[in-house]
Amino acid sequence: MQAKELIVVGGGLVGAAIAYGAARAGAPVTLLDQGDIAHRASRGNFGLVWVQSKGDKLPRYARWSRDAVGLWPALAKELLELTGVDVALRQQGGFWIGFNEAELQARQVMLEKINTTVGGIPFEMLDHKELKARLPAIGKGVAGGSYCPLDGDANPLLLLHALHAGLKARGARVVSSVDVMQVRYREKSADFEIESQDGQRWRAPRVALAAGLGNATLAAQVGLHAPVAPNRGQVLITERLRPFLPYPTNKARQTNEGSVQLGYSVEDVGLDDGTTVSAIEAIAKRALTTFPILSSVRLVRAWGALRVLTPDGFPIYQESATCPGAFVATSHSGVSLAAAHAQLIGPWMAGLSAAPDEFGHFAGERFLDPTRSFSNAH
Amino acid sequence: MPTKSLFRSEDAAAAASVTLQFDDRPLTAPAGISIAAALLLNGVAPFRTTPVSAAPRAAYCMMGVCFECLVEIDGVPGRQACLTPVRDGMVLRRQNGASALSLPDAGEDHGR
Repeated sequence: MQAKELIVVGGGLVGAAIAYGAARAGAPVTLLDQGDIAHRASRGNFGLVWVQSKGDKLPRYARWSRDAVGLWPALAKELLELTGVDVALRQQGGFWIGFNEAELQARQVMLEKINTTVGGIPFEMLDHKELKARLPAIGKGVAGGSYCPLDGDANPLLLLHALHAGLKARGARVVSSVDVMQVRYREKSADFEIESQDGQRWRAPRVALAAGLGNATLAAQVGLHAPVAPNRGQVLITERLRPFLPYPTNKARQTNEGSVQLGYSVEDVGLDDGTTVSAIEAIAKRALTTFPILSSVRLVRAWGALRVLTPDGFPIYQESATCPGAFVATSHSGVSLAAAHAQLIGPWMAGLSAAPDEFGHFAGERFLDPTRSFSNAH
Repeated sequence: MPTKSLFRSEDAAAAASVTLQFDDRPLTAPAGISIAAALLLNGVAPFRTTPVSAAPRAAYCMMGVCFECLVEIDGVPGRQACLTPVRDGMVLRRQNGASALSLPDAGEDHGR
């Protein structure tokens, strides 16, 4: 297939990974990035490279997540060699922490169902004693947990940096401070004209919308349905500590440089990405129940960031039926799925490979079915 | 550790003084000043080494913003020397890298 130019709208983790993958596959790529005024979920990301429990209600998503983390080591290695940026990928498994028996039982049922349906997502259920043998820092209030050897973490800020550096290294054009307002399909020339708020214009036969919350309006302009909404997560960051937590857990991880990230709230508050005393208190309390030794530790930062969530929490990946060449990609797992976005989604949206199998599951029209109701319990 | 300070106190002679310890070295300083000021007056450098690259650091902003002045104060690591007033008998230590956490004894937690 011949490489046609691809314009990617959105320079966060999703857009940068897709653009990187398209450029890597040989497409001429222009990335239009909103710049520092963007809400930029990528800047607030928790940094998990995660599989366990994903896709409980959508087996295709569980398989997508499983395959995506399998592609991660090659991406990390390639970015290091190409850009010199080490994104601190660690994939030795991760733990989910449970606080009572009912939670643990429900967890086991869910993980069994996913692994039976999809396969290749092994897990272990651990009681308090077994968990304490692996994570000696857990407190008495922890009932147990689940472990999945596929889980891990990475540094999301360094990943974003590495993808942008990689784009430059591969000859892609990155244009910053562009607030894209209009995407017009021009049927006669079978291409797209993209216009920014300040009147700049770009044209290309293919366009990938990866504009986070901006996708809701942009997708509609090219016959796609992407009803995404913001959902705030707050996290806390501790001072740097000597290593005490060798594995990431679902709501706490220690970075390779020693900081501990503690998460997280799930709040429907519109576009407010601030922090609140009540959420900070709840996160800190939970962290102390999980790891009592953190009681003497100082917190140095707290932040809020906006997840980009669809009504069911699963991604939308789709090509427009009415404006061929226009694609939408939206996902709140920009780190976990980064390697799949680069390796598989980028070349597909650039027209260099077919869509991954059974991708109809990720079409945005699923939200138009009046007989279905959705929950994106994050 | 250099002993000649780049700083001097305007009224050191007039003020009551306190005695501190920094890494077993006795220091004196005017009462009422911050630990960071006291260490600078006594020519202490560096205050700490950084957790990632082990680079030497000392007080910089002197107003609680930059977190460069971290030291261990009376057994508590990672405290800001510029925000803590001196007190007679304080035991200070250089902060070497990241703060250590001590895991509780196994006997403290009987599991469930």
